[in-house]
Amino acid sequence: MSTTTPTSVAETGRAGTGTAPATPGAADRSASEIADLARSVTGSASLDDTAWRRYLHGLPGVDKVGADGRAAALSTRSIKTTSKAWALDTIIRMVDLTTLEGADTPGKVRALAAKAVRPEPADPTCPSAAAVCVYNDLVPVAVEALAGTGVKVAAVSTAFPSGRASRAVRLADTRDAVEAGADEIDMVIDRGAFLSGRYSQVYEDIVAVREECRANGRHAHLKVILETGELATYDNVRRASWLAMLAGADFIKTSTGKISPAATLPVTIVMLEAVRDFRALTGVPIGVKPAGGIRTSKDAIKYLVAVNETAGADWLDPDWFRFGASSLLNDVLMQRNKLATGTYWGPDYVTVD
Amino acid sequence: MTTTASTAGSPFEYAPAPESRSVVDIASSYGLFVDGEFTPASDSGSFKTVNPATEEVLAEVAEATEEDVDRAVRAARRAQEKVWGPMPGRERAKYLFRIARLLAERSREFAVLETLDNGKPIRESRDVDVPTAAAHFFYYAGWADKLEHAGYGPDPRPHGVAAQVIPWNFPLLMLAWKIAPALATGNTVVLKPAETTPLTALLFADLLRQAELPPGVVNIVTGARATGSALVNHPDVDKIAFTGSTAVGKRIAKEIAGTRKHATLELGGKAANIVFDDAPVDQAIEGIVNGIFFNQGQVCCAGSRLLVQETIAEELVERLKARLGTLRVGDPMDKNTDVGAINSPQQLARITELADAGTAEGATRWSPDCELPSSGYWFAPTLFTGVSAAHRIAREEIFGPVLSVLTFRTPAEAVAKANNIPYGLSAGIWTEKGSRILWMADQLRAGVVWSNTFNRFDPTSPFGGYKESGYGREGGRHGLAPYLIEGSTY
Repeated sequence: MSTTTPTSVAETGRAGTGTAPATPGAADRSASEIADLARSVTGSASLDDTAWRRYLHGLPGVDKVGADGRAAALSTRSIKTTSKAWALDTIIRMVDLTTLEGADTPGKVRALAAKAVRPEPADPTCPSAAAVCVYNDLVPVAVEALAGTGVKVAAVSTAFPSGRASRAVRLADTRDAVEAGADEIDMVIDRGAFLSGRYSQVYEDIVAVREECRANGRHAHLKVILETGELATYDNVRRASWLAMLAGADFIKTSTGKISPAATLPVTIVMLEAVRDFRALTGVPIGVKPAGGIRTSKDAIKYLVAVNETAGADWLDPDWFRFGASSLLNDVLMQRNKLATGTYWGPDYVTVD
Repeated sequence: MTTTASTAGSPFEYAPAPESRSVVDIASSYGLFVDGEFTPASDSGSFKTVNPATEEVLAEVAEATEEDVDRAVRAARRAQEKVWGPMPGRERAKYLFRIARLLAERSREFAVLETLDNGKPIRESRDVDVPTAAAHFFYYAGWADKLEHAGYGPDPRPHGVAAQVIPWNFPLLMLAWKIAPALATGNTVVLKPAETTPLTALLFADLLRQAELPPGVVNIVTGARATGSALVNHPDVDKIAFTGSTAVGKRIAKEIAGTRKHATLELGGKAANIVFDDAPVDQAIEGIVNGIFFNQGQVCCAGSRLLVQETIAEELVERLKARLGTLRVGDPMDKNTDVGAINSPQQLARITELADAGTAEGATRWSPDCELPSSGYWFAPTLFTGVSAAHRIAREEIFGPVLSVLTFRTPAEAVAKANNIPYGLSAGIWTEKGSRILWMADQLRAGVVWSNTFNRFDPTSPFGGYKESGYGREGGRHGLAPYLIEGSTY
């Protein structure tokens, strides 16, 4: 039950007050603080594969039937009127508006950036999206288009989506994006290493990428993509979540969007339980980002319900919860207008990106 | 350490999401359903049924006299001998399938009425009670033409007239558990619903007319204890099926002793929900919550005794408290309500008395902050820690949203504590170790043992008790046995 035995960890980490997480959370922990925390939590000085296996496999298991049942039960919540209005605006504020295609161009990224800043140009009360998420080479375009708007630039790096490149290449990829001004780096873990039990390699990868995010006085937030569709079991999702959090992730993210299944509600709930327990143990809040496959307001609201009733209200904030999505925003805008005017827009009233 | 997931103070307030009651027409008064017709009681007597969440009177319901019961039993006998008994199984099956389909089609109506009359959350009546009731009819419809292959001899026969008395906690579901196997096996039925929850049974009578079930095959007599007693003691009843309290069950067993009547009794429980330190903790928390707060804990198989391995007891209770902070207590008709109203003032008094006894005997009482409505019958979800096996709250069935937490150190101790109770209806085991699940299930003297889940009901699975939890099984192939006389023509 090492996940929740406070012991000395509470003192080495931040104070676990249970109040709102302090922004920017894990970002300003030093590399040595992170390593100390990992050693203290795992109870091992070496942090080798054996130590990680002993720790990660000692986490409480996840019963799949029960986890799926819990997700199904939360899905029956009926969110109407004022609570729906609040939820829709909150979803917009949490969206990482994403384009990750080989055919992406500067023009497309600029269009997406404009939409992220003002999703509904006719309505000044409509909030901006959280970020625009692009491939590395388009970071400069996004940075220029979003300068001064408060909308962040997120870059998928580390040989996204497979991550199948040498560590040097993946780090160079990250450096590229950070130097081009990306505020947030969405890295992928080496699923092959994870599935073959080379946990220390995954840990060291994340630590190294995190160092790149903070090189030269920069402070890019690090989102660690677990690619839960390839990890296959909820037990693996829980283990990968803890490994990433202990390696210094600011966010844990479900998926690249390139693998099916991408984000699912039960997987996201398992990750929300992990961040909840991690904060209880260490005092450090970590964000969660489901990505891929969330296309409708109705689905996104289920995720907000799950956040509210699993991790708690502290996570109902774009600093701690994001949606990686492309088509979701349009559906939210249409629902938002329906709620305000009673009339449902056709798709011609929202922009095709 | 804080594991606060409480939704109190969240910016995400769920707006009221009430289910509409316009889907159901409640008449101002209801008669008895005898021989396919609704008729008043012979002495025109009646009683009121109220919505326990608001204390609003929903309807006046006829109170059947001994004479009415006799008329119902005679109608059932006639129908059994002339129509239902001689009818081939494949024809009986058609009626049962039709009933199942109509229940599914009219599910919203039944769910709303069940919630209004019983006080349970609409989420449960909609997602559990009504669909499971329909599933029971579907399941037993499939048996009706296969009885000679069920393992009860080549030519099993029905008893004849079944007298069925059901409780108020799952009014429609218990009706389905009783009526579906009785009809599949060729018996006819006189059923008495509980006096606080007669309405879905009466709506079901309306459904039977829609299904064109021959008159007299199912008769529904409403009333209180005297009506039930008249039914059970009627000389022309062949078989009794009772679900309810152990006290009434014992009385029935005494009353029918020395008669030719067969009986199945599904009575009280005080189930142990056993959590080992290698359990899937998050799912165990859900299972504990579902085990004791499902239907406000008014469940005979409720997991009312939580046995936790000492190594994780403190942490588990903390997590449980955080989870209880997210339970939504209130208007049962709101689609987001998790815990509804207690069914009656009598039951509320019983729960209150036992909970007070828990405090008086020295256990530590805890409830989450929750505002209870000002009218209606309510009891906040309650957790007792520091409970000793000798406390009343660890021995007696509370039948309410009250959980007693006890601890154990070894699997053998868990088994000993779980079995150390006069009841034996159900038990739960939470561990990731499969071999231990099998060993435990073998040791526990409980009719149903759930592993890594709780309060799951399926028509294919037999349900019933050991010891003072009663005898006989309902559900599955086993559920046919009490309604059949084993055939002997070879």
